[in-house]
Amino acid sequence: MIRLFANASYDFIKWRRWAFSLTGAIMLVGAIFLATRGLNYSIEFTGGTLMQFEAHKKVPMSDIRTALDNAGLNGAEIQTFGSDTSFVVRARLAHSAGTTEQTSTEAVVTAIRQALDQSVGAGQYTVGITEAVGPKVGRELQGKALMAILLSFIVTLIYLAVRFEWRFGLAAVVATAHDVVATVAFISVMHLEVSLIVVGAVLTVVGYSLNDTIIIFDRVRENLRKFRRQNLYEILNLSINETLPRSVLTHGTTIATTLALLLLAGEVIRPFAWVMSFGIFTGTFSSIYIAAPVLLWIEKRWPGEDARGARTLGARAPATPAISAPPATPPSAPSPRAPQPAR
Amino acid sequence: MDKRIRNRLITIGVLIAGSVASLVPRNTRQRVVDQTTGRMKDTTIRRLPINLGLDLQGGIHLALEVDQSKGPIPDCADAIQRAERVVRTRIDEFGTTEPVVQIQGRCRLIVELAGEKDPARAKSVIQRTAFLEFRITDMKNLFKDALPQMDAALRRAGVKARGAAAPSAVAQLFGGDTTKAARDSAADANTPGVLSSLLFQGQLPGEYLVPEEQWPLVDSLVQRPDVKAAMPRGIELRWGAQAESRGARAYRALYAVESKPIITGEELVKAVARRDPVTNQSIVPFQLSHRGARKFSDETARHINDYMAIILDGRVQGQPPVIRGQIGANGQIELGNKSLQEASDLALVLRAGALPAPLSIVEERTIGPSLGADSIKDGVTAGVVGVLLVIVIMVGYYKLSGALAVAALTLYCLFTLAGLAAFGFTLTLPGMAGFVLSIGIAVDANVLIFERIREELVHGKSLRLAVDDGFLHAMNAIVDSNVSTVLTALILYAVGTGPVQGFAITLIIGIAASMVSAIFVVKTLFLMWLNRRPDMVTLSI
Repeated sequence: MIRLFANASYDFIKWRRWAFSLTGAIMLVGAIFLATRGLNYSIEFTGGTLMQFEAHKKVPMSDIRTALDNAGLNGAEIQTFGSDTSFVVRARLAHSAGTTEQTSTEAVVTAIRQALDQSVGAGQYTVGITEAVGPKVGRELQGKALMAILLSFIVTLIYLAVRFEWRFGLAAVVATAHDVVATVAFISVMHLEVSLIVVGAVLTVVGYSLNDTIIIFDRVRENLRKFRRQNLYEILNLSINETLPRSVLTHGTTIATTLALLLLAGEVIRPFAWVMSFGIFTGTFSSIYIAAPVLLWIEKRWPGEDARGARTLGARAPATPAISAPPATPPSAPSPRAPQPAR
Repeated sequence: MDKRIRNRLITIGVLIAGSVASLVPRNTRQRVVDQTTGRMKDTTIRRLPINLGLDLQGGIHLALEVDQSKGPIPDCADAIQRAERVVRTRIDEFGTTEPVVQIQGRCRLIVELAGEKDPARAKSVIQRTAFLEFRITDMKNLFKDALPQMDAALRRAGVKARGAAAPSAVAQLFGGDTTKAARDSAADANTPGVLSSLLFQGQLPGEYLVPEEQWPLVDSLVQRPDVKAAMPRGIELRWGAQAESRGARAYRALYAVESKPIITGEELVKAVARRDPVTNQSIVPFQLSHRGARKFSDETARHINDYMAIILDGRVQGQPPVIRGQIGANGQIELGNKSLQEASDLALVLRAGALPAPLSIVEERTIGPSLGADSIKDGVTAGVVGVLLVIVIMVGYYKLSGALAVAALTLYCLFTLAGLAAFGFTLTLPGMAGFVLSIGIAVDANVLIFERIREELVHGKSLRLAVDDGFLHAMNAIVDSNVSTVLTALILYAVGTGPVQGFAITLIIGIAASMVSAIFVVKTLFLMWLNRRPDMVTLSI
């Protein structure tokens, strides 16, 4: 039997300040990128026109660029799409132009085609994707995406409040909010295009991270019942350590499939796979280093009836090791692999 | 064999049989274009009963709204409902496999045509208002008489003639009479009027010609409120559908027509496309209903020797013919040198009826069929590699128990695909990604259970008790974590559109399938294993 981290008893919570600093630093970098570069919204959100095409022979990108400029599409971006014969042209709607929306996106499609006929040659390319989105639809989508994320928070809070306790729900939502912010920072730093699929990926990260947090909280709930004498600090550490093998295995299989998507599933799915890959890391991190310490902090701030958290923090934590099994423990359960308490 | 195990096996057998049955390729009726006749016909083909999204099989997705740019439409919900019926009729005749026409929200129409290879043509068929009307041209030259007032109005507004005033050489093309008329109207106001200098009298009453490059300018002039105010009562202007060349230059015809149509396309019952054997032009002969025919013959009897403009969507088709005698139920629209396909598209939209209001496309997405095929190929590759990696990890770590989980994983894939097929959900590209991802997540339940069993074993429990307790104690965590994921997916489904909904659906079905396979199936396999080897002391886990 291979057992990874079978009898682990790391003091995870001890490192919470370092973890906060690390995540703070990531957020800071993300904030700087967000402030300077902003998010690269897809035309689904901004409104505009997108055309992806595959040239039958190699064409220098500068030629296409020039042809687009000549066609009056100065604002259009051109990028390669997976290979050096595949390109994608994006013309976003200017924010000021709000009059006859449709004629403009329609006209842009024609203009791009003309520019391509000129630079690549008529019949020398195959158009893969064409998208034209009016500004109204784009604005609606932005609202909907935000709504989806907020709604998922509210529903989670309610569900966890029912199944656990509101303190757990709040801690889980804080951890998940952290993941959303960190993922958005990641999207900004990587300059990934924020499309509907990417929003879907962010929501999947929300679900995944929540899943992970719940696995640990479930263990905390169980251990709180089992070990009546231990403080929350120890219980949290114990629970994280006990679920560590599961975390390693599940994250391992998920990362394996995500990597397969990232490397093999093609260009359309790649932004999704990037966000998921990052999300697995931040989800794992936040379950341990955000959800658990926040739960500890909430217990200290608003102690519940069974307020063991209040006794745990600070230098006055009991110096006795928690190895001695409390009498309330059922005989079948051996002494918990409790970590060393805080100094 | 233990009765409990037998019942479990029967359940699993039924599930597998049901899943396989829902995945067996079956006959589906499909409308396709007959290559020889060019008509639509029904054929039956055998295919896997999984609907592929537009992003996987290629096609066109359109979101349409009632165009309110030319004036608000009070009840857009009603207009879109009527438009939906018309569009559905058109699409059914146009011929794509499994078209989707549905109303989204209150005032938006979604049209999805899978596998459509000519998006431009499909768009024009859907979007065309196809409002047909017949109007008598301005036989009394009321418009021409009002031209000086219009010029005066423009002069008051300070509009100057842009570009050189009508060159005499061009004016001469139309004979002395036209030049004289133009000069007369110009003389009235001492300086040549802006509008009248741009219009040349055509060959029939109410017809005026405008140089092709000037027609946007003229159009903007006649749209001005002060010019419209000077327009004679009961007369409206309509442009010709196409530019026509006279001599070396191209001209656009402008027709002054009566504002009341003598008949509209509502009365039309039949329209076909044909090529005129004499002139080789594309024509669309049509037939009117009994009521329409009676009305039409009454009206034409009153207008013998008048010219009748055939107006489609506000544009005059061809040169208005003269009415030689009473016309009954049959007529035809001449399309000049347009292709026969365009003629048949026109016949189609005329048969299906006019849209209650013009529709504008607010969102359009076209995916080429080859890109979709590539996406499927890449997605399957990624899926296979992902599954292999998961198998290696599970069997490597949990040995025989891992192999049981892998066996359950194949059932998981089967159940998920069967779920998609049975409920008629559409598999999209993000859905495929979600499926591949869910394979990684699906083993989570097994991991949780196996880790529990290991813990129970470490605690010194017997094999059978450890397995039972392992399943029991892991349940809480599994249920709570999966319910939260389902909740997130439901929100995604409610808020998202098209591809994202496909993703959410795949996720939800995947979670349901993984509950069955990871808990029920694996438990059964464990029970069988323990039953067969009652003397087993160490579990391969």
